[in-house]
Amino acid sequence: MNFLLINFFLISLLLVTTFFIFKTTSLISVVALTGAFTLLCSAIYVNLDAVDVAFTEAAVGSGISTILMVMAAAKLPEGKKNKLINLFPSIILAVAISLILIIIIANLPLLGDPNAPIHLHVVPEYLKESKDFFHIPNVVTNILASYRGFDTLGETIVIFTAGLGVIALLTSNTLNRKTNFKKNKKNER
Amino acid sequence: MVGGLIIIITSQNYLKKVVGLAIFQTAVFVFFVSLAKVLDGTAPILTKMANAYSNPLPHVLILTAIVVGVATSALGLALVLQIYKNYETIEEKEIESLELKSDK
Repeated sequence: MNFLLINFFLISLLLVTTFFIFKTTSLISVVALTGAFTLLCSAIYVNLDAVDVAFTEAAVGSGISTILMVMAAAKLPEGKKNKLINLFPSIILAVAISLILIIIIANLPLLGDPNAPIHLHVVPEYLKESKDFFHIPNVVTNILASYRGFDTLGETIVIFTAGLGVIALLTSNTLNRKTNFKKNKKNER
Repeated sequence: MVGGLIIIITSQNYLKKVVGLAIFQTAVFVFFVSLAKVLDGTAPILTKMANAYSNPLPHVLILTAIVVGVATSALGLALVLQIYKNYETIEEKEIESLELKSDK
């Protein structure tokens, strides 16, 4: 019961944070609220017994990504208080999607049910065998590095590609548009 | 999750759109991890004291997904910076009006 109460509290805090991210226009406070959001998420992961995920979320999600966003926000101008666009269709879309999700979630096994199908296949073997195979008590590490090593290799390739993309974008200065718009601005003056 | 979607669609500021994408992703992660929970279980680190563990497989998938998500948002931020360099604004409406002007 305690577990559910804590979870409920944390998730309602998440909703509040999302609402304020939606409302604020100042970029730096949006970034700070995003850091708070991911930190709350890592608290939820601890509550759900996913300690490895909580570590990663706290280090990578709320650490590195917040640093990146602060660096970007420092170079960008202050956000302006513009009118929201497409508000009405987006609310309809959001309500429709949440209805579909609620219907689907009603058909899922209960939270924490040990006999749910997800817990019956493959995983019992992982839990039983992995210690004899790899001599590491942490099953998550075993699966990440050994059983599903190729997944992790693919992940590194994705990150490498993203890094290449970021470098290519940040160092390229030779877009034709730039001169065009600068000229336009000068003409206006 | 839906909140993130609304932020993506309605806000005009491109940096806020990237933040909305991150929120959307994180909501999906929380859902996945909640599937792995077992009542009375502990974290999947083998000890003699525990008799039930939460499911480690979704944890692994989400670990991968978090890192990839950060890579995605870094790429998005780089795009936003490049847009700012070229247009000197990151508000969607202003960029639209600039485009219209250049067409004339």
